[in-house]
Amino acid sequence: MNNGPGQLLSSNQSPTTNNEKMAILSQDQAKAIMQNALRFSKADECEVTLTGTTGGNIRYARNSVSTSGADDNTSLIVTSFFGKKSGTATINEFDEGSVEKVVRRAEELARLAPESPEHMPMLGPQTYKPSVSYFQSTANINPDFRADAARKSLEPAIAKNITAAGFLEDAASFQAKMNSKGLFAYHRDTGLTFSVTMRSADGTGSGYATGDYNDAAKLDTGKLSRIAIEKASSSVNAKAIEPGKYTVILEPAALVANTDASLIGALMNSMDARNADEGRSFLSKKGGGNKLGEKLFDERITVYSDPLNTEVPTSTWAGDGRQREKITWIEKGVVKNLYTSRFWAQKQGIKDIPNPANFIMEGGTQSVEDMIRSTKKGILVTRLWYIRPVDPQTLLYTGLTRDGTFYIENGKIKHPVKNFRFNESPVIMLNNLEALGKPQRVGGNLVPPMKIRDFTFTSLSDAV
Amino acid sequence: MGAMMMPAIPVTGNPVAPEAMTGRMDAVVNKRLADAALNAARSKGATYTDVRIGRYLNQFIITREKQVQNIVNTESFGVGVRVLANGTWGFAATSDVTETGIARAAEQAVAIAKANSKIQKDPVKLAPQKGYGEVSWKTPIVKNAFQVPVAEKVDLLLRANAKALEGGANFVNSQLFQINEQKYFASTDGSYIDQDVHRIWPNFSVTCIDRQTGKFRTRQALSAPRGMGYEYLDGRPDGKIAGPTGTGINGYKDSYDMVEDAAAAAKQAKEKLTAKSVEPGKYTLVLDPDHLGLTIHESIGHATELDRVLGYEANYAGTSFATLDKWQGKNFQYGSKIVNIFADKTQPGSLGAVGYDDEGVKTKRWDLIKEGVLVNYQATRDQVHVLGENESHGCCYADNWSSVQFQRMPNVSLAPGQAKYSVDDMVKDVDKGIYIAGRGSFSIDQQRYNFQFGGTLFYEIQGGKIVGPMEDVAYQSNTQEFWNSCSRICDESDYRLFGSFFDGKGQPGQVSAVSHGSATTRFDNINVINTARKI
Repeated sequence: MNNGPGQLLSSNQSPTTNNEKMAILSQDQAKAIMQNALRFSKADECEVTLTGTTGGNIRYARNSVSTSGADDNTSLIVTSFFGKKSGTATINEFDEGSVEKVVRRAEELARLAPESPEHMPMLGPQTYKPSVSYFQSTANINPDFRADAARKSLEPAIAKNITAAGFLEDAASFQAKMNSKGLFAYHRDTGLTFSVTMRSADGTGSGYATGDYNDAAKLDTGKLSRIAIEKASSSVNAKAIEPGKYTVILEPAALVANTDASLIGALMNSMDARNADEGRSFLSKKGGGNKLGEKLFDERITVYSDPLNTEVPTSTWAGDGRQREKITWIEKGVVKNLYTSRFWAQKQGIKDIPNPANFIMEGGTQSVEDMIRSTKKGILVTRLWYIRPVDPQTLLYTGLTRDGTFYIENGKIKHPVKNFRFNESPVIMLNNLEALGKPQRVGGNLVPPMKIRDFTFTSLSDAV
Repeated sequence: MGAMMMPAIPVTGNPVAPEAMTGRMDAVVNKRLADAALNAARSKGATYTDVRIGRYLNQFIITREKQVQNIVNTESFGVGVRVLANGTWGFAATSDVTETGIARAAEQAVAIAKANSKIQKDPVKLAPQKGYGEVSWKTPIVKNAFQVPVAEKVDLLLRANAKALEGGANFVNSQLFQINEQKYFASTDGSYIDQDVHRIWPNFSVTCIDRQTGKFRTRQALSAPRGMGYEYLDGRPDGKIAGPTGTGINGYKDSYDMVEDAAAAAKQAKEKLTAKSVEPGKYTLVLDPDHLGLTIHESIGHATELDRVLGYEANYAGTSFATLDKWQGKNFQYGSKIVNIFADKTQPGSLGAVGYDDEGVKTKRWDLIKEGVLVNYQATRDQVHVLGENESHGCCYADNWSSVQFQRMPNVSLAPGQAKYSVDDMVKDVDKGIYIAGRGSFSIDQQRYNFQFGGTLFYEIQGGKIVGPMEDVAYQSNTQEFWNSCSRICDESDYRLFGSFFDGKGQPGQVSAVSHGSATTRFDNINVINTARKI
C-alpha cells in the first residue's frame, strides 16, 4: 500500500559502504545473474529473486542536523521446491561459487521442510507492461542534495523562531524474478519521502507537512516547510471545545500516512477475500460468504489501483510474479473486487487478484479552502496519529488529531482547538460523506480531502 | 512510538540453515578487526570511536490450525562504526567484515561527521566512561532455543493449535519468535565487550465465530516475550499465577504452558461471543500485569525518554509532557504515593537485560518515579549532562550492526506494593469494577497525556465479586490522572513481566524489545467507553 522509500529500503537503512557492490542492475545484467543461478538447480522447481537498493537519509531536530547516512544493498534470494516442500536461502555475493552454494543451501532447506498443503505450482511466463516509476533525478541524489534540502527547511524555521524537526529518505531500487518455468520479471523504482514538524518556540503550536514522490524534481522542502510553519503559527494557544460528533474536514495527511497506520489504509488493507470468506472481516456476511457486490459506502466513493498512473506509479507485478493491472475495488460505493492469494483463489474458484501496490480514491475539484467556505460549523483536521484497531468486526479505529486542529464557523476558521481522541470506523465515515475535494498524493496513493458529518470525538487531549 | 507498532514481522537479514545458527563469533578475530576501525578513525581525526561487530540470528516459526505456514531462519552479519569528529556524530556500517572494509567504514563515518559538523549548533558532550578491558556477558539461559530441533518446536505449536480447535476454535494462528544477538563492542575508552543475548516469544491468537450472527472474537495468548531460553516453554505448574476467583484465568510467571493456555483461549473466545456489553461510565479497574505492562510502557516508559523530552523525536513519535521543569521542581506528582517506577537493565529474564549497553556502559537500575514524584529520565552518554549527571544510564541500543545506536527504553516497571495484598484483595471491596487481562488495542497522543486501552479478557466486578465476562470495553484517561488514581498494588508474590518485542522508534525506524514488571493493580474512577458499533 505504502510504497514510499520507507518500504523500499532493506534493514540496512544506515550508512553502509558495503563494497559499493551492485547498485541498480539493468534488465540484462539481472537476467544474466539469475540464469546462472537457475543453471545450478536440481530441484523440482526453482525461483530466483534479485533485488538491489541504493539510498540515503538525513534527519534533523532542534534546528540542527542529527543523523544522516547512505545505503547500498543487493541480494539474491533462491527458493527451491521438492513437491510441496520449499526452502529459501539468500546471498549478497555473486561469484560462481557463491551462487552455486546458495542454490544448494535452498535445496537442503527444502528437503528438511514440512510439506505445505497450500503449495501452489510456480507461474509460467507472464506478460507485464513496463513500469514508469523510475526517475534518474532521484537515483542521482547525493549527500549534498540531502543537506541542501534540509537547509531549505531549516532556514525559514530559524528566521521565524520556530523549531524544526524533519526527515528525508530516498531510494532507487530494482527487483527481478526468474523461475524454472520460464517466468521473468523486472522492475525499477525510485522514491523519496519528506516530512517536517514545526513547533512554536513556546511549545503551544505545532504544524506538519509531508510529501512523497517518485521524481525528486518535484520535491520542494522549502514550500512544505512554510506550510508547516504556517500551521504551527496559527495553532498556538488552542481552545478546548467539548468532544462529541462533529462535521470534520480531513486533509489527505489525516486520511493516509507515510509511515504509520491510517483510516483509509486500514480499509484497503482489510479487503482480503480469505479473511472475509472465513468470517473474520468486516466484509464477512452473516451466515457465511462475503459482501462482494454489496453497496457498503456512499455512492460517491470509488477506489481503484493503477500501477501505471503517472502521479503514483508503481510495479506492474506483485511479489509472487502475478500481473498487477488497473483494478477497481469500490465503485460508486459497491465492493467490486477483493484481493486473494493464489491458493485461496483456486480453492474457492474465484478471481485471482494480487493485493494492490497503490490506491486511488476519486474525488472532486474543491480545495480544502472551498470546503471550509461551505461549512457552517465544523473542525478542520490536518493530521491523525497513533491510529490503532479497536474492533476488527466493524473496523473501528481509535487515534488522535495532531499538529493543527481548527474550529470552523460560518465558512471561516475561527480559532485553533485542542486535540481530540476519535473512535471511528472508515466504513461509517464513508457513509457520512458530505463532500470530496481534489485528490493529492500521500504515501504513494491518491486521496481527496473529505468532509464527513458526525465524526466521533470521544475525549480531549492536552498534547501539542 | 509504541509497543508492537511494527505492522508486519520485521524479518531482517538473510535466510540461513537452522544448523548454521548455533555457533559464536570469534572474540580474538573481532578484537583485531575492531582495533583496525579504532586506529583508522583516530588517524582521520576522530576524538572518540566505537565499533559494534554484530551477528543477528532470528528464527520465526509460523503456523495456523494444522499446518506450518513458514519457518524463517535469518542471519545478519556486519559492523557499524560510530565516531565523534569536530564534536559531531558520524556513523557508517558495512557487511564487508575485513580489516580493510571496517577501516573504510570508519573513514566514511569520520567524513560524515565532519560534513555534518558544518550545520551543527551544539557540539556533542559525552559523559566519561571508563574502559572495562576484555569482558563478556550472556543472557542466563538454561536451554538455547536455537539448539532445540525445529520439529520439536513445530510440534509444540501444532499441539497448542490442536487443543484450541478441540475446544471449539474456528481458527488459530501461532508463532514462536527466537532471537540471538551476538555483539562485540569496542571503543577508544578501552573496552572490548563480547555479549550473547537471547530472547523468545511464543504467541497465538484463537478466533471463534458465530456464523448465525456473523460475530467473531479473538483471544490472544497470555504469554510474555522474555529474555530467556527455551526453558520458558517448560510449562511448570509453579510458573502459574491464578487470576481473581471467578475468572478461571491463569497468568504465567517464569514458565509458560502454551497448550493449556490455548485450551483456555478457545473456551474464553467462545464466552466473548455472548458476553455482556459494557455500560459506559466510571469504573474501578483491576489490571492484570500482562495488561498493565502496555499502559506502563506507553504512559511512563516513552514519556520519560530524555530524547523525546528534548525534542529529538518531534517529527515522528513526538515529544513528552514530562518536561524538564517538572523534574527540576522535584514535586511533580506523576502518580499517587504508592506509585514507585524504576528503570532497569539487569533483571534476569527481562527483555532489556544486558551486561553493557551499545555504547559500552555497564547496566544498572535507577528510579524514575519515587512515591509518585518524577525523579529522573532515561538517558545516554551524550544526554546525561542535561540532567547534571556525569555517568550514563546505560540505555543506548541499536537493532542491528547497520543501525546507529540511540536512546532506547530500558525495562520500566512498577514496584510491587509493600502491604500484603493478593489478587482477590484487589477485587473484594470493589462495588462497580472491571478486571482486565491481556493486551488489546492501544493508542496515546504524541506527548503522552491522553490514552485509550482495550484488553483481551474483561470481567465485571459487582459487590466485591467477579460476576461474569464482559465485552466492548476500552478505557480512556489522562496519564497523570490515571496514575494518581492508583489505589492498591498486589505484593511481590504477584509481580510478573509483560513484554514488547517490536517497539518502534526513530527515523529510519528501529525496533527494540523491553519488559515491564508489575503486580495486579487497582485504579479508581476510570472512564470506560463501549466500543461496539453497527455497520
